[in-house]
Amino acid sequence: MFNLFGTFSFSGGVHPPHHKSLSEHSAIEILPPPPKVYIPLSQHLGAPARIVVKKGDTVKLGQMLGEAGGFVSAPVHASVSGKVSTITDFPHPSGKSMTAVEIENDGRDEKADTAGMNWRESAREEVVKKIADAGIVGMGGASFPSHVKLSPPAVKPIDTLIINGAECEPYLTADYRLMLEKTQEILLGACILKKVLSAKKVYIGIEDNKPDAIAKVSEAARDDEYGQISVARLKTKYPQGGEKQLIQAITRRQVPSAGLPMDVGCVVHNVGTAYAVWDAVVNGTPLYQRVVTVTGAAVGKPSNLLVRIGTPMRYVLEYCKTDFTKVKKLIMGGPMMGLAQSSVDAPVMKATSGLLTLTELHPGERAHYCISCGNCLRACPIKLVPSFIAKFVGAGMYSQAEQWNCMDCIECGSCAYVCPAKINLVHFMKLGKYHVAAARAKAAAEKKKA
Amino acid sequence: MSEEQQQGIDLHLSVSPHIRDRESVPSIMLTVVLALTPAAAASVFFFGMRAVVLLFVCIVSCLASEWLIVKFMLRKPSTLGDFSALVTAVLLAFNLPPGLPWWMAAVGSLFAIGIAKMTFGGLGNNFINPALAGRAFLMAAYPAAMTTWGAPRGGSLSGLAGAVDAVSRATPLAAFSKAVETGTFQALDFQEALGDLFIGNVGGCIGETSALAILAGALILLYRRVIGFSTPVFYIGTVFVLFWAFNGTGGYFTSDAFIVPVYQICAGGLMLGAWFMATDMVTTPITRTGKIIFGTGCGVLTYVIRVYGGYPEGVSYSILLMNLLTPLIDRYTRPRMYGKVKKRG
Repeated sequence: MFNLFGTFSFSGGVHPPHHKSLSEHSAIEILPPPPKVYIPLSQHLGAPARIVVKKGDTVKLGQMLGEAGGFVSAPVHASVSGKVSTITDFPHPSGKSMTAVEIENDGRDEKADTAGMNWRESAREEVVKKIADAGIVGMGGASFPSHVKLSPPAVKPIDTLIINGAECEPYLTADYRLMLEKTQEILLGACILKKVLSAKKVYIGIEDNKPDAIAKVSEAARDDEYGQISVARLKTKYPQGGEKQLIQAITRRQVPSAGLPMDVGCVVHNVGTAYAVWDAVVNGTPLYQRVVTVTGAAVGKPSNLLVRIGTPMRYVLEYCKTDFTKVKKLIMGGPMMGLAQSSVDAPVMKATSGLLTLTELHPGERAHYCISCGNCLRACPIKLVPSFIAKFVGAGMYSQAEQWNCMDCIECGSCAYVCPAKINLVHFMKLGKYHVAAARAKAAAEKKKA
Repeated sequence: MSEEQQQGIDLHLSVSPHIRDRESVPSIMLTVVLALTPAAAASVFFFGMRAVVLLFVCIVSCLASEWLIVKFMLRKPSTLGDFSALVTAVLLAFNLPPGLPWWMAAVGSLFAIGIAKMTFGGLGNNFINPALAGRAFLMAAYPAAMTTWGAPRGGSLSGLAGAVDAVSRATPLAAFSKAVETGTFQALDFQEALGDLFIGNVGGCIGETSALAILAGALILLYRRVIGFSTPVFYIGTVFVLFWAFNGTGGYFTSDAFIVPVYQICAGGLMLGAWFMATDMVTTPITRTGKIIFGTGCGVLTYVIRVYGGYPEGVSYSILLMNLLTPLIDRYTRPRMYGKVKKRG
């Protein structure tokens, strides 16, 4: 994994063309807030937020609209000041309609009272509470409530904090621009996280297709203010930004099957999350905006925009001069793992790292039967055999699919990307996981009864 | 039409990933056809019109068989576009002696495509190599015609002049086994024959004689990553090691006997088999360890059949037998998953 030139890597992976040149030179631009925002109550993994405002309420920028719905949950905040016009189901990027708070923007951006804290002298629990109250979730796309990751049990001490600047998905450049433009804030965010976790080592992992980001961050990290932060230069290969692959590349440890990074003493946070943590802890700002890469062949002006949460995707795309007639697929995220969108009116959420317009449909041909070429198993970063699992799932043999470890699939899409028969292996993996999970739930319920 | 469609917005939905690599089944098959052209050119060069006829008959018969079966029996869209029938046709033709009557080649093609491939569901579902199955069928059905050889133009049948008896030296392999049997083995004779053997100026099946042409094709396959090194290297290597150790000339791994394994790997269908047939994706193991086991197994079987079996040639049957073991090999050579938790106790 570690070669003589100081570049880290992991096993498997694929090399899709980057297409980052479309937007990588566009500095982060502030998108003017839209006339109406739609803040979904479910923008994160875990329980949806519980509404605490009602129709007709006047809200301020950064005011809490919904409190966390449990431990594994996060609050949501207003991204504009104005009046709550309605609370109902709206199109949601996940494909289903979900409850969202519609706010009419009064254009004043009146901020709710916020205050930063002196984190260096505060107890770690207080800092974690500040992060939780700010609604911080994983900004890399998974949107896992960050305070949960920052509260490992005492039996699982953390020695390594990794800040994920890999941004391995093609087309996306939001994290790249953040690293260039908000370098010090990210480093301070890393320091805050290091203190909270009592971690001994901090790495910032950056792929080597971003040499200027590596240079800038390395240079800034030399300052003693940040303590010891090392930049890990990663070999550019998808999915290097996957948590498990990042840990394997930098520490050579493997997260055990069905386990978590904390099981091997590691915690991983995206650079965008580190920035949001800094803003929340130092300035008291809750999470109500994020950088979104707007790109693809149908976008006239590919950009990296600072977008208020709840802005309809249509508004963002129009600002970037998108020719909608050319768009065959609109992806929230990157092309390898992103979600295809059915409605342009769904809002930008905390997890929206990019809006990608694709003008071609892949694959352009129907699938063949599997020819056992082995591309998929060579590409799989988890070393599964997707071809066999897909065959089992296709035949309804879900217990065999489970035995061949379909539950360990990270759904990165590397297998389907290289399959010459154009079989959508990810579809079969997801289907297999669904059936195995259902069978396990059924078995657990029956065990309880007995 | 939805409101969005009226605005000219028509979004397609699917599961990720939303991009694909360019390589496809047809592109892989065409690469194999490209890699077979040096050997095809060699076959025409050495065997002339007979090679052209056999190649033509096999290609037409294989394509026609697949097209007719798919259209009239399965009632599905044509599968000829994946070019796998073309690959089978050329490989089957390569396995036929130059003098074979054209209608036998047609019958063999029908068997290869119809029985060995289509009855099991077509490309991807066959469990044995269709071209080799066709050859095995023809060997069983028309043994005399399948073992009647002709000398190449400008060359001798076995590549050997001199000491070995003219009648029984039908092909290089036959000449070799005869020589060892009758105790008339002379390293020098066989050394002189090596040049002819390498470029293909000897008797044999039309596509298997030229090791040079086959290796040229193999380089194309390796460069385009259609095949790996594991199977061919372990197949040829095992045959080499076994013949160097146990060659009936008295010594084990002696420098005198070194000519024997060199001769053996250039002779008969080993080069064609190791680089083009034992590397067939569908019928061979999918993991690298599996491919190593497969190649080694083929090597052992080829040695055993050539030395102890009734035929001087063992490649086809070795590969077919190992094809049968592929599912078992796959089951026991699972790669070690990331994060695999060792079971306690």
